[in-house]
Amino acid sequence: MSLKKIHDNQPDKFEFTSKNMELVKNILKKYPENRKKSAVMPLLYLAQSQNENWIPLAALKYIGKLLSMPYINVYEIATFYTMYNLSPVGKYYVQVCTTSPCMLRGSNEILKICEKKISKNQNTLSENGLCSWTEVECLGACVNAPMMQVNKDYYEDLDKNSAERILDGFMQDDPLKPGSYRNRKSSAPDNITNKKNGSNNA
Amino acid sequence: MLKEEDKIFKNLYNNLGSSIEDSIKRDDWLNTKDIISKGSEWIINEIKISELRGRGGAGFPTGVKWSFAPKKIGSRPHYLVINADESEPGTCKDRDIMRFEPQKLIEGCLISSFAVNAHVCYIYIRGEYFNEGQILQNAIDEAYKKNFIGKNACGTEWDLDIYIHYGAGAYICGEETALLESLEGNKGQPRLKPPFPALVGLYGCPTIVNNVETIAVIPTILRRGGKWFSSIGRPKNTGTKIFCISGNVKTPCNVEEAMGVSLKELIEKYAGGVEGGWNNLQAVIPGGSSMPLIPKDVCETIKMDFDSLVAAKSGLGTAAIIVINKDEDILKCMARIAKFYKHESCGQCTPCREGVGWMWRILERAAKGEATKNDIDLLSDVTKQIEGHTICAFGEGSAWPVQGLLRHFRKEIDKRCFSDPLIKKKRDIPYLVDQHLLEK
Repeated sequence: MSLKKIHDNQPDKFEFTSKNMELVKNILKKYPENRKKSAVMPLLYLAQSQNENWIPLAALKYIGKLLSMPYINVYEIATFYTMYNLSPVGKYYVQVCTTSPCMLRGSNEILKICEKKISKNQNTLSENGLCSWTEVECLGACVNAPMMQVNKDYYEDLDKNSAERILDGFMQDDPLKPGSYRNRKSSAPDNITNKKNGSNNA
Repeated sequence: MLKEEDKIFKNLYNNLGSSIEDSIKRDDWLNTKDIISKGSEWIINEIKISELRGRGGAGFPTGVKWSFAPKKIGSRPHYLVINADESEPGTCKDRDIMRFEPQKLIEGCLISSFAVNAHVCYIYIRGEYFNEGQILQNAIDEAYKKNFIGKNACGTEWDLDIYIHYGAGAYICGEETALLESLEGNKGQPRLKPPFPALVGLYGCPTIVNNVETIAVIPTILRRGGKWFSSIGRPKNTGTKIFCISGNVKTPCNVEEAMGVSLKELIEKYAGGVEGGWNNLQAVIPGGSSMPLIPKDVCETIKMDFDSLVAAKSGLGTAAIIVINKDEDILKCMARIAKFYKHESCGQCTPCREGVGWMWRILERAAKGEATKNDIDLLSDVTKQIEGHTICAFGEGSAWPVQGLLRHFRKEIDKRCFSDPLIKKKRDIPYLVDQHLLEK
């Protein structure tokens, strides 16, 4: 379980836009009619994407009413799962994997680069307000270690040099392409890549 | 060594394209209707003949698991749930299946759903794999368009709907009952078993939960026959498996090989060898971070399959090989794994919730050289207190790696933990009534 801080400045109201309301209807169709509660996780994601990648408390209450769930249950779920942000994050939210397989291949170096380039502490916005970074547990791309996830994309096979280039790109609001930065194909052994004309990534 | 034609995942590296047309060229969706028309009993029996064991970590025979589901649909519907919440450190095989071989998974879903009488299949993907989930969703849409799934799927008069559900970054949701809780819209905290999900699962209905790789190999097994699959590997440990080799190797990679392949071959042949040469090898974690590590002398000869590794007091788990060479501090590495478990404990059972933090703090101290003489005995004691005293296998998963460390590296650790306890008090504790328990 992770410790989560609720943001101090909460908006008073939250409502799904009419476009998102359509999506809500589609999401609800996936689950049996009397099991609306199952939709709480997708709806939290939807609220998060509508509200600049973080979820205000008003949205939790709103989703609770929408799915006829007690507010406390929604709050419970929003705090249990790590991917729901309850306070603002940068436009580019950098998550660096530091679990053992990445650590063995030098993810600590990448943390230092984040400290230098973005902000001294985790979960604080950079000076220009564009980026924030955090240390996370295994992201499931261990053979492409070290790696980081920025918003939804994976940046893999990093080293000091490429990590600096990537972070510079985000700080200047000019993101580089996701994928492998050692010029290999997905998770193939390198000797196979060389044989077949391997493109940059999948 | 596995022959090229025996490989199941021919597009593991995306050299051949992952669209539905490309997949059909690789014989996906070939004769699906004929396979299904042979009936669910034939399918389950063929899987039993193939001796396929679950690829998610526990290694339970898949055919046996399916036969637990009620034979006829009663008052409650049946569900098939695919576990794609791949979060075990070191493991990244399901990700490649979902992005490069999605049709194998979808076809597997259809056949398995038919075998266990399910009309609805949920695929629970970890939230971080957003892009992979989108690729899979596109593949599902393509399959709907071709009427491979949906109403009267493949012309078999069987209806099947497949839905994707994203998790949100909780490792524990890879445990099958926690996954079902999460799917129901609750916190992902495991349920007590029995009743097993095969009888009381999702929404209280019979549910079969299988790993992505297990389901994705099903169509190929049925097309080529259970005997073919069981001829690969060793008895009771049959078939092919995707191995993920990460850590201190020259070229970390995913590779499909036969079960029972030697660990040394995997590392030397596919991963380019250990950084600094084979003699620089310190230890290997053979099955994802939950499995105890094995030292170099065991690595020389060990075969990678369920039973050989259990005999070596470890386990195959998800077949994620994490190589640690002598340049790394083994204590730091294990302390990091303990931190992972501390972060991911769901907090339901006290021994796990408190114990994992305890193990982490002691290992951190030991890695810094600040631990006392008694600390290591205490650590060993804590692992024993967690193991077997929790609802789910997370307790074992967190305690085993530490036990493995103590089993093989006790001498090195003792050398680094020599300071005296901060408070040197007498051993008798006044509030302990049974003072004799302190005697050795």
